[in-house]
Amino acid sequence: MSVSIGYFPGCSGLGTSMEYERSTRAVCTSLGLSLREIPDWNCCGSTPAHTVDHVLSAALSSRIFAQAESAGITDVITPCPSCLKNLRNCLDGMEDPLFAARVEALTERPLHMRHSVRSVLQVLVEDIGPEAIAARVRRPLAGLKAVPYYGCLMTRPGEVMRFDNPENPMGLDRLLEALGVEVLPFPLKTDCCGASFAVPAREAAPRLGGRILDLAASLGADLVVVACPLCQMNLDLRQSQIKAKSGGSYRLAVPYYTQLMAYAFGLPDADAGFHKLAVGMQPALERMRDRAVQKAAQEREEAAKRAVRNKAAAQKMASPAPLPEAEAAEKDAGPAGGEA
Amino acid sequence: MDTIYLNSPDSLFIREVEEESGQVLSRCYQCGNCTAGCPMAFSFDSPVSRIMRLIQAGQKEAVLSSRAVWLCASCETCTQRCPNTIDVARIMDVCRHMARREKKSGIYAVKVFFDSFLLAVERHGRPHELGIMALFMARTGRFWTDLDLAPTMLTKGKMALLPHNVEGRGEVAEIFRRFRDGASDAALVKALRGGRAATAPGGPGMRERGVSEEKSGEGLA
Ligand code: SF4
Ligand code: SF4
Repeated sequence: MSVSIGYFPGCSGLGTSMEYERSTRAVCTSLGLSLREIPDWNCCGSTPAHTVDHVLSAALSSRIFAQAESAGITDVITPCPSCLKNLRNCLDGMEDPLFAARVEALTERPLHMRHSVRSVLQVLVEDIGPEAIAARVRRPLAGLKAVPYYGCLMTRPGEVMRFDNPENPMGLDRLLEALGVEVLPFPLKTDCCGASFAVPAREAAPRLGGRILDLAASLGADLVVVACPLCQMNLDLRQSQIKAKSGGSYRLAVPYYTQLMAYAFGLPDADAGFHKLAVGMQPALERMRDRAVQKAAQEREEAAKRAVRNKAAAQKMASPAPLPEAEAAEKDAGPAGGEA
Repeated sequence: MDTIYLNSPDSLFIREVEEESGQVLSRCYQCGNCTAGCPMAFSFDSPVSRIMRLIQAGQKEAVLSSRAVWLCASCETCTQRCPNTIDVARIMDVCRHMARREKKSGIYAVKVFFDSFLLAVERHGRPHELGIMALFMARTGRFWTDLDLAPTMLTKGKMALLPHNVEGRGEVAEIFRRFRDGASDAALVKALRGGRAATAPGGPGMRERGVSEEKSGEGLA
């Protein structure tokens, strides 16, 4: 069954987050969500617009909804939390008639439909759900250790974003577990990475991003999994700048969760887009395979031990033995049976 | 903490902040939760809870010329954690709007970065990385601070060299033009709506507004 829903890619999808964009589309299609892109959408104005004026910011978002209406689209999803915040603030703000009138004074395109906007992550977690996602996995990511990094905006402020627990969300954790990933508890999962200030205030990114990467590395993570284009650029592309400041020696890959989904679903490499990451995924994937091989070897070893024990037990049962030994054999068989 | 001198509290300023942000400033009892969670606190001259106190005390000049209002990253942590459900991040945003209106120089690099970004949106409908950076460099005279990232971005095919033009970019540019012309001014829109409401009482009003006729006339002039 296929469900159709409006889609706002956001500007970064055309450049810095093209792998997010491509993997999001691929994963949604493969889960039966058909995305209808809003025709000729414009930029939502991002952080700069709302730092200048809230009505101006809402007017840019309102034109996006007007474009959606022209294609008969009411419900929209977007991968970018920063775009989502602007689009949400526009819709929430326009509940107030005066605010709506001020927005319309700028766009001269009143909205006629009732719109909704949510993040792609929220739809995958709440509408599709971890079970359906797990059922689609062809290449489980067992042996991969990751910290989930939601970023500051995905869940906050709770009243605007209306998704998961604002301070300790678990949706992305559950989704990654459904792919087989070992998800490590991460206390900084909603801390700010300073990304929107990486260009004009250069101290911010190394300082805030550094804290996140340092902790992830010290927890033994292979990956920091993200859902925000700004966080991704900050933690991946700027990782060498950050480490130059902090003296860290890790190399942490920072993929989008949708890239891991595309890989786990067995979709083409181009859809997963690991080659677009500045810090490559190869070492992490190798560690994952090594752990899988180790685990398989361990399991084989244990199975062999069990077989030997069972055989010995069977022999003792067959030979007429004195009572105490038969008891011992039974004891042996007990735990082995439990493990099987 | 430094003493806040309560001479000449600017009560008009207090009212303006309350009105524009929709927040009740007296609800802040200075618990400091906002400051405790603020990731940018290291760079602020006045921590965010102190900004709140300064606003309560009507210290307009101190607030609008602070570095803090320009360095706030809009991460919403303060809003999330305020025990009195004050939308603190919104107040920071509103102060930044006021600082712009009052032509405060702010932090030049931050202001120019935001302006460059918006100019790219105004011109093309969507910004593109190289365009924003070029504007930023040209205006600040600061060579791209992230220049070491360019080779990686280029080889990964992530840096758009040409603008992403939107067909409706004229429409987007109009939004900016009307904004600069003051078309969204609250008092003006209220007055225009008031006129409309008087002639069509009980109508849906909100969706069908009487502003466009007036404004499109002005646009032609
Ligand atoms: S929104 Fe601004 S003031 Fe509030 S915590 Fe974030 S950076 Fe600090
Ligand atoms: S958290 Fe709220 S009440 Fe506490 S100091 Fe900040 S604004 Fe005031």
